[in-house]
Amino acid sequence: MSEVTLSNEEIARYSRHLIMPEVGMAGQRRLKQGSVLLIGTGGLGSPLALYLAAAGVGHIGLVDFDVVDASNLQRQIVHGTSTVGVAKTESAKRRLQDLNPYIEITTYETQITSQNALDLMRPYDVIVDGTDNFPTRYLTNDACVLLGKPNVYGSIFRFEGQATVFSARDGGPCYRCLYPEPPPPGLVPSCAEGGVLGVLPGVIGTIQATEVIKLLTGIGEPLIGRLLLYDALSMRFRELKLRRNPSCPVCGDHPTITELIDYEQFCGIAPEEPTLSNQFEITPRELAEWLERPDRPFLLDVRNPYEVAIASIPGTDKLIPLDQLPERINELDSAREMVVYCRSGVRSGRAVELLKTAGFRKVKNLVGGILRWADDVDPSLPKY
Amino acid sequence: MAVTVTIPTALRQYAGGNASVSLEASDVGGLIRGLVELYPALGRHLLDDQGRLRSFVNLYVGDEDIRYLDGEATPLRDGDTVSIIPAIAGGGQP
Repeated sequence: MSEVTLSNEEIARYSRHLIMPEVGMAGQRRLKQGSVLLIGTGGLGSPLALYLAAAGVGHIGLVDFDVVDASNLQRQIVHGTSTVGVAKTESAKRRLQDLNPYIEITTYETQITSQNALDLMRPYDVIVDGTDNFPTRYLTNDACVLLGKPNVYGSIFRFEGQATVFSARDGGPCYRCLYPEPPPPGLVPSCAEGGVLGVLPGVIGTIQATEVIKLLTGIGEPLIGRLLLYDALSMRFRELKLRRNPSCPVCGDHPTITELIDYEQFCGIAPEEPTLSNQFEITPRELAEWLERPDRPFLLDVRNPYEVAIASIPGTDKLIPLDQLPERINELDSAREMVVYCRSGVRSGRAVELLKTAGFRKVKNLVGGILRWADDVDPSLPKY
Repeated sequence: MAVTVTIPTALRQYAGGNASVSLEASDVGGLIRGLVELYPALGRHLLDDQGRLRSFVNLYVGDEDIRYLDGEATPLRDGDTVSIIPAIAGGGQP
């Protein structure tokens, strides 16, 4: 600890920390000596990276394989219009180095996997889970338990967020104690399908950043063993008790998971996209031609009404949101040729499978959904 | 016993859009049955094919997980709040 010193420039920069006795020179040196790995540089990772860099955390690692897209900028505030199309790690690094040139930033433009997770995490004091999918959340959890590192967790959906610190090292529970198994694919919508209020990851990511700073400086009472829930619409915070499960397969008394596993398989995700035989799919160009002919098919939209308000394919005959399809299947005529569509082709693929199970044979999925329709047929249509 | 159940955002569409529902029930099991009877579409999101609570859905009475109380036999008192807390994964990429 004694070898880390602050330059006069750094002392000036961090003066509002230094004059608080709870942080002071000792705490600021701990921040400078500290390191944190951010898994995901998206909605949660953006405010996290900005505040941790500003606070003077000495070494920040960024893991992300994605590039900045215009639709990210509604909430991913570390990126900007000038870095659309740039790798998120590189985009974030530019902004963070401008914010604070006195810290080290390491970027990993890669997907975190069972093969690289332990090596990526090993050099860091604290790991932050800011990802968007269940396989990576279970992978991050298990790797943190195996390495004995705290995992600062945050998760968001539409108007609601959760945050906690999983720290098996401190006797606290892990993510598997909270949720032993993930939901099967398709049952829980992702942010891409479900949407998210742009400011929500700002609230949850800032809570995570606060916990990282507390862990590194050793001040306050960490959010271990407590699940903080935030509801933006009612503007309420609530807290639930989290307990370590003694029979947890990874952090319990007799763990059965002692190395990283295949998390895609654990989460029930097949290695390849489910393929429909060609007879049950159609491309946007083929559909556009078919809709012009007298034998045009019945066009079914399985999205939600608020998506219809954004954009629709002209000539849509009926809207039945996917989750209502099982109860409303009798509203459809199995004798008629039918094309089903949604935003990207995933939900309509499920709808086609469901209709086939119900005996429909003349039914096709619009491959790539309304997004590909906008690319291939009607570029004037907004993409969302 | 009148009990308030809070419905998370992800499941509100299956519960008539309600953020909370008031029900009469004397234990957690009875509450789940009452809730699914009222909103059948909620059933498959809370219960598996055997009618057991799904492992990615947690129920809390007050701030305590029913797994550390008496599970579905956990008694309910007038005015209790029961929270449904499903796993959510969002946060990173689009």
